[in-house]
Formats: sequence, structure tokens, C-alpha cells
Amino acid sequence: MNRALHLEGVVKTYPGTPPVHALAGVDLSIDDGELVAVVGPSGSGKSTLLHIMGTLDRATSGVVEVAGVDVAELSDRDLSALRAHHIGFVFQQFFLLAGESALDNVADGLLYTGMALGDRRAHASDALSRVGLASRATHMATKLSGGERQRVAIARALVGSPRLVLADEPTGNLDSRTGMDILGLMEDLNLEGTTIVVITHDPTLADRLPRRISMLDGLIVDDRLGVPA
Amino acid sequence: MTTVVDQAPSRLAPADMARAAGIGLRTRRLRSILSALGIMIGIGAMVAVLGLSESSKSDLLSQLDALGTNMLQVQATSGIGLGPGTLPDEAVAMASRVGPVEIVSSVGSVSGANVYKNDLIPDTQTGGLSVVVADPNLLETLQGMMADGVFLDEASPDFPVTVLGSVTAERLGIRDIETPTVVWLGDEWFAVVGIMDTLALSPDIDRAALVSVAAAESYLDYDGVVGTIYVRVDPSEIDDARNVMPATVNPENPDQVQVTRPSDALEAREAADTALTNLFLGLGAVALLVGGVGIANVMVISVMERRGEIGLRRALGATRRHIAVQFLGESLLLAGIGGVGGVLLGALVTAGYAASQGWDVLIPTVAIVGGMTAALLIGAVAGLYPAMRAARVSPTDALRTL
Repeated sequence: MNRALHLEGVVKTYPGTPPVHALAGVDLSIDDGELVAVVGPSGSGKSTLLHIMGTLDRATSGVVEVAGVDVAELSDRDLSALRAHHIGFVFQQFFLLAGESALDNVADGLLYTGMALGDRRAHASDALSRVGLASRATHMATKLSGGERQRVAIARALVGSPRLVLADEPTGNLDSRTGMDILGLMEDLNLEGTTIVVITHDPTLADRLPRRISMLDGLIVDDRLGVPA
Repeated sequence: MTTVVDQAPSRLAPADMARAAGIGLRTRRLRSILSALGIMIGIGAMVAVLGLSESSKSDLLSQLDALGTNMLQVQATSGIGLGPGTLPDEAVAMASRVGPVEIVSSVGSVSGANVYKNDLIPDTQTGGLSVVVADPNLLETLQGMMADGVFLDEASPDFPVTVLGSVTAERLGIRDIETPTVVWLGDEWFAVVGIMDTLALSPDIDRAALVSVAAAESYLDYDGVVGTIYVRVDPSEIDDARNVMPATVNPENPDQVQVTRPSDALEAREAADTALTNLFLGLGAVALLVGGVGIANVMVISVMERRGEIGLRRALGATRRHIAVQFLGESLLLAGIGGVGGVLLGALVTAGYAASQGWDVLIPTVAIVGGMTAALLIGAVAGLYPAMRAARVSPTDALRTL
């Protein structure tokens, strides 16, 4: 099985007095098709890890390979291309564009791949169906409920069939029931083959997922395969 | 290990670029309209100023064409120590003997006679109007037109009849001569037989009531003194005619004769208009600059507000350049909308004002092209700094906002 992600001795230090060691040496491999939870308290380095996995930020030292590419070698433009084609993001704040319909928000997941608008919309329509929102395609983003917005965001993340989907507290702004629905959706998508990493501070949510990585003070303190509840 | 990146760079098609640039405008309409308004006013002012000056210039040129520039006005110099000067009695005859002169017409004024609507008006309320004694060929010499009625004619020289200048008629409240009208010219009732159109070259006549020499002598104690001589000369020899005129009409004191060319005054007015046009263009440029600062301001605010969107776009694969181009495009779009609005506004103002003045509407292409270019240039300059700022935002910082 191919590795979607591979980290080796990854350190991230933010300069300052004293310097902040957000990641203090992280080794981690994630294979294609996995569904992984990363848990830990605030300040444990979860978000920094996600940003580095997503190539939004560079490690101070260590090896980061995403979709089989060593990102240290890549320019800023190449990293953008890597994100455009191989990484999908889901955020706690959804980040939908207010002036666009649900369909166009999903289609924006392909915006920077250079695909024509018509094709992007066709793919977006499929992706919306996969998250169960086909009927909401023409609704403006602002007219959707929180759960629906997050489904649109998930559809946007997977519309380009990325090697890796990174979700940063995807249920953080949702009530627990909607949050569980979203989690169920991600499980379904994972069963269809999408590799997903979910960052959460919620242990009960993390316990549901097949693999759970616990972080503390910039280090992985626990990495276990569990049996989903 | 396969390298996947080389084969597929981040790309944003031009049409998508335009869509991305437009999204800020669509979601913040009022703010966009207000910031485009600054540019619109600036461009509108400049286009209107250029359009109006062009329209008025073309009107003036056609006016000059119609009036001819070959008329000279000969007057006795008046001034301190000289008093109201007079021309010699034989001045008219002498003037007509100058070679290139085609037609001569003289006017004189009747001292003590003023123009009143009726005999109940107090003497002091002259309204700035005067009684002028005119030759029957004055209308032809001035190339004037009658608004109503007829000019003084030689057939009825000694009846108490008068022709009113356009201003005189307006001040006396006389619009036409449908109903027989009389006016009081100091000592006598005069019947109004005609009203003249405005004379561009001799505004003095507009403010006068004209009477014939015979009538003036019979009823108004006119002493026969000629005040002004109007001559039309061969256009090719106008300068020569102008030079010999003082010595011809007053051989004893040529320095007491003043020869003017009324069309020069119109041209001078046009020159003065140009100075004014430049002033207004300058004001328009200032408005444009202020509009540009407004756009820059709005764009800086927009970049700060939309950090989340910037972060998202970076996460979706946008390069720094894509982000910069999006915000620069938004600024250009704002300025472009302002520019188009400004050109329309300027054209509308020009058309409206030209219509009210009876001019042909003429908007120089340079104003339209220049206006749009200026607007886009301002938009580009105003958007440059905010766009660079947006491009420099780190995606991780941008995504942490909320």
C-alpha cells in the first residue's frame, strides 16, 4: 500500500523569546485509505501538524513527504500545485464563499487546477450528491445550516479526489448530533477509499475512528489502532 | 517515488480570474458602489469639462464662420482728458473710400434719450438701455437676424418707429409685435416695428432701441454725431484696412481713433475658456486621486476582512500570484466601473448642457479613452499595495483568524 503521508523527525519552532517548539520531533506515516484521528489538548501541536501535513507551512527540520513528494524540495508555487491536486481541507469555520451557491463553493475545490467551469460544476454536482446535498446545490452558502455548510466544505475537499483530506476540528462549530452525522459521513467517504486525517480535541469522537494518534507538547505520545465503537 | 507536481501546476484560467475578482464586489455591493463613485465623479468631471469645452468651441467656430471675422469696429477713443470722443462728420464717407471695404454702416447715440416701457417710469430707471441712431444697412453689416418684424427701412424714415435689440426687448418685457406696442424714448412715443436676434459681435446694439437718422433728428434732437462705424472688408486685406482706418476717418488726430475686430473678442473668450477648462480638469484630477485613495482604502480593509478567504484559497491551491491578481483585479474592476460610470455621467452632463445651450454634442474620443485609461491606471496603482499585502499573508495565519 502507498503512503499518503510520511513524516520523519519533524520539528517546527516559532522564533521568539523564548522560542516556541510547536513540534518537537514527529514521526508519522499514513497509508492510502486510512481514517486517522489526531487528538490532544490545546497547544499540543495538532494544528501545526495539520498545517505541515497540508504544506501550508514548512517544517523547521525533518522530512515531510506528501503524496510521495518530499516537500522540502518544492517552491511555494509547487506547493500550491500540490495542494490544488492532492490535498483537500476541511476547516472548523467552513470558510464557504458567501456570494456563491453551494454548487459553486464545491466547484471552487477545483478552481486552481485549471479545469473549465462546466467540468468543475459537473464534478461538484457528483460530490454534492455524495455528501447528500444534491437538493441544495443552488442554495447560497449563507442560506445553509451549520451541518449543511460543513457537508458542502467536505464535498469541496473531496471534489478533486485528493490523495489526502485534512480536517481541522470539522465538528467544532456543530452541535454533537450534527457532529456525529459529519463524522459518519467521513467514515462513509473513507470506506469509498478517501484517506482522511481528522484533528479534534474531542476524545469520544476520536475513539470512533480506526486509528488514534494522541499528541502532547509537540510530540506523539500514543498511536494506536482501535476498534471503532 | 513519483513526482506528481511537475506535470500539473496551479492554474487559474482568465475567466476564473475575472470571476474571483468580482466576488468581493458581489458580496459587498454598497461599499463597492460607494468606492467606485469617487472615480466616477472624477472621470465624469473630466469628461464633462472636455466635452463641454469641445462643444462650446465647435459652437463658437460655427458662430464665427456664420458671422464672419472680417468686420471692423471704428470708434473715437474715449478716456481721461478726452471725454466721450467723436468722429469727424465725414468719417463714414472716408471709411467707405478705403479699397477693401465692402460695406459701411454707422451708429450714433442720442444723449439724453433713454428707453422706457412707458412715460410713467421715473427718468433714472434707464435699465442700462440706450437709444441708438442706426443706418438702414446696419442689420446687413452686422449680419444680424430679426426675431420678429422688420428692420428700419428707408421707406419710412421719419416716422417715430423703433427696432429693439434682444436685451432691450427682454428687459421691457416685449416678446413679439403681434399686438401694436409703443415705447417711450425720452420725449416721444415710438412704435416698435421689429425685434432683433442677439448679435454676437456687437452686444452694445442688443441693449439699444434703434431709430433712423431722420426720426432721431425730428423727434429726439439728434445732432448727427457718429459714434461708431462698422465696416466689412475683404477678409484677405483686413490687416491693411485696419492699419489705414484711423488716419482715414480722422486725418487730423488718427490717435483718437480706435479700431477693433469684434471677432477677436470671441476668440479671446475662447482662450479664457481654455484656462478655465484646465482649472476644471485639474479639479477633476484631484477628485480622481481622492477616488483612488478611497479604493486603496477599501481594498486594504477588504484584505484584512477576507484573510479567511485568502487562507482558504491558498489551501485550495492558489499561488501568491493568484491571490495578488485577484485583489488587483478587484481594484481594477472597481475603478473600471467608476470609469465607465464617469464617462456616461460626463457624456450625460455634456449632452444636457449642450442641449440647453443649443450646441452640437461633441465628446472628444481622447476624453473617453483617456478617462478610461486614467481610471484603470488609478485602479492599478490603488490596488497594488493591497494586492501585495494579500499575497504576503501567510496561509496558516490567515486560517487561524476568526
